[in-house]
Amino acid sequence: MKKTLGLAALTAMLLSGAANAQQVTVKIGVLSDMSSLYADIGGPGSVAAAKLAVAEFTKDNPNVKVELISGDHQNKPDVGSNIANQWLDVDKVDVIVDVPNSGVALAVSQIAATKNKVFVVSGAASSDLTGSKCNANTVHWTYDTWMLSNGTAKAMVKTGGDSWFFLTADYAFGHALERDAGAVVEKNGGKVLGKVRVPLNTNDFSSFLLQAQTSKAKVIGLANAGGDTINSIKQSAEFGIVKGGQKLAGLLVFASDVNALGLPTAQGLSLTETWYWDQNDANRAWSKRWQTERNAAGKFPTMIHAGVYSGVLHYLKSVAALKSGADGKAVVEQMKKTPTDDVLFGKGEIRVDGRKIHPAYLFEVKKPEESKYPGDFYTLKATIPANEAFRPLAEGQCPLVKG
Amino acid sequence: MFEIFGIPSGALFGQLLIGLINGSFYALLSLGLAVIFGMLNIINFSHGAQYMMGAFAAYLMLKYSGLGYWPALIVAPLVVGLTGVLVERLFLQWLYKLDHLYGLLLTFGLALIIEGVARNQLGSAGLPYVVPDALRGGQNLGFMFLPNYRAWVIVASLAVCISTWFVIERTRLGAYLRAATENPTLVRAFGINVPVMITLTYGFGVALAAFAGVMAAPIYNVSPQMGSELIIVVFAVVVIGGMGSILGAIVTGFGLGIIEGLTKVFFPEASATVIFVIMAIVLLVRPAGLFGRRA
Repeated sequence: MKKTLGLAALTAMLLSGAANAQQVTVKIGVLSDMSSLYADIGGPGSVAAAKLAVAEFTKDNPNVKVELISGDHQNKPDVGSNIANQWLDVDKVDVIVDVPNSGVALAVSQIAATKNKVFVVSGAASSDLTGSKCNANTVHWTYDTWMLSNGTAKAMVKTGGDSWFFLTADYAFGHALERDAGAVVEKNGGKVLGKVRVPLNTNDFSSFLLQAQTSKAKVIGLANAGGDTINSIKQSAEFGIVKGGQKLAGLLVFASDVNALGLPTAQGLSLTETWYWDQNDANRAWSKRWQTERNAAGKFPTMIHAGVYSGVLHYLKSVAALKSGADGKAVVEQMKKTPTDDVLFGKGEIRVDGRKIHPAYLFEVKKPEESKYPGDFYTLKATIPANEAFRPLAEGQCPLVKG
Repeated sequence: MFEIFGIPSGALFGQLLIGLINGSFYALLSLGLAVIFGMLNIINFSHGAQYMMGAFAAYLMLKYSGLGYWPALIVAPLVVGLTGVLVERLFLQWLYKLDHLYGLLLTFGLALIIEGVARNQLGSAGLPYVVPDALRGGQNLGFMFLPNYRAWVIVASLAVCISTWFVIERTRLGAYLRAATENPTLVRAFGINVPVMITLTYGFGVALAAFAGVMAAPIYNVSPQMGSELIIVVFAVVVIGGMGSILGAIVTGFGLGIIEGLTKVFFPEASATVIFVIMAIVLLVRPAGLFGRRA
């Protein structure tokens, strides 16, 4: 009896001791495409980026204990939902990050909201995540379809590309990108002549490119991503689309795609990104750290990786300030209240609809002879300031925005 | 220009031609599968991975030894075919007497391993490979612009398909092969080394896949998943043509390429599924496939 009492007292002491140091434990789940067409733009690179953020944060805040797990959603909304449910219910995950593929991200966003956890999106693009489908538990970090259209499509219409034909990936992301880009084209006085919806992960685009060619549109807008974008650009070069006087608009092109295409094929392509590894010293230094963590010297981080890093960092700051990650809504509230500040995206903010705001950059892919070292891909053409880069708050139809 | 179902005839001819080009790939790949199934009774699920290996071999040859497209067209199938010979000697030869399922599982597992290694070493975004100089540019056919390389794809694939069919169906070597699959013991009694012949047949089937991979490298994205995207469709082609039927594989390969091409014009959203719809119908009406014999 005495022994039991002593043990109980000891346990109580230990427990109160922990409470005094105010140990906070959070669990982060990186949900991404680990094995298919988006695995290089997110995937293991996103896990590496999250690890960097965690290591950096816990060094300065030893009272926060962070656990990191990752999963492969295989680009299937049902698989992604299953993992998310399992993580939030059974594994006690507090925040899900990344989730490239808008179809999966829209599903996960709903789940995070129902279970009052946090969802920090970096990989998905659909602007609906902070538009009609927004919620108080989701933060959309890196980029979205509105911002991409506003960058690339606007620039192309202003330089004379006023008639468009869309090659659209046939799922939530492609539809959102086509809609947003089409709206930008029409708003700036252009016309959309036609479109074709292409199944995701298509090998051969020649048939669709031929349809685009027959449409006589000045610009062919590629509302797709990853392997689909690579295949369509590669094959349009083959079919002499650009030589025939039509222009290609890669609405979503990542550094890894440019690498896969090679500069001889990709040169001259205009694209919009919010982060480029070779843009300044801070980015270059971070990319080195990322390459070490990822154990891939020849790879270059994409803006999605950068977004995962800075998103996780900001999330951890907010959790530390609240001393708990249990109430997802409260954490997101805190994330929105605190101005964002990190080495990759600089100072910024998260709007009430969950949209993270920062500048966007219009790049052009260099000619092979202009590129001096591996990864030297872009020339900066224009900077779109943070307050113009993303969709105005009032136009998003997000229920969280009042008035 | 006249119109057919509201589509200008020029565009339609273009699409037919493109269908034929894609059909070339289906035919080449399903031919290898049919040869392997017909002769070895193995459902070779690593065919897609071996196709991918062909494309990667071409890329690596260019990168590390500067060997371009034309040498790759010969060397890559030889090297990949050799790995096929190894696989047959090490694993497959023990499975011939067992149920089809064992071969299927083994080759499927191999495919997963090969793809995983490729993804780990080379990333999933893909690698650049350019069209060889001699085949750059294209011809204006009036109704469409035909890249020279695509024309080459049709010619090369037809040539390979027809010669393979000829060797297996019309020569003495082919007769031995076919006899060896029917009754190996009897053929051995005539002094023919059946195990070596079977090994080489598998190697040849794998080399066909690698050949298709090199052909695909300049026009498709060279990535670890390029094979798994295609292999399911190719299997459907083989099933429609009749498992093991060489002629069936060739004819349905080209035919389905054309049907898929037409679907891309009239109902693009369904272009990824149309082949499977056809497969379901064919299986209902002719369970052994269009050219298959009932077992």
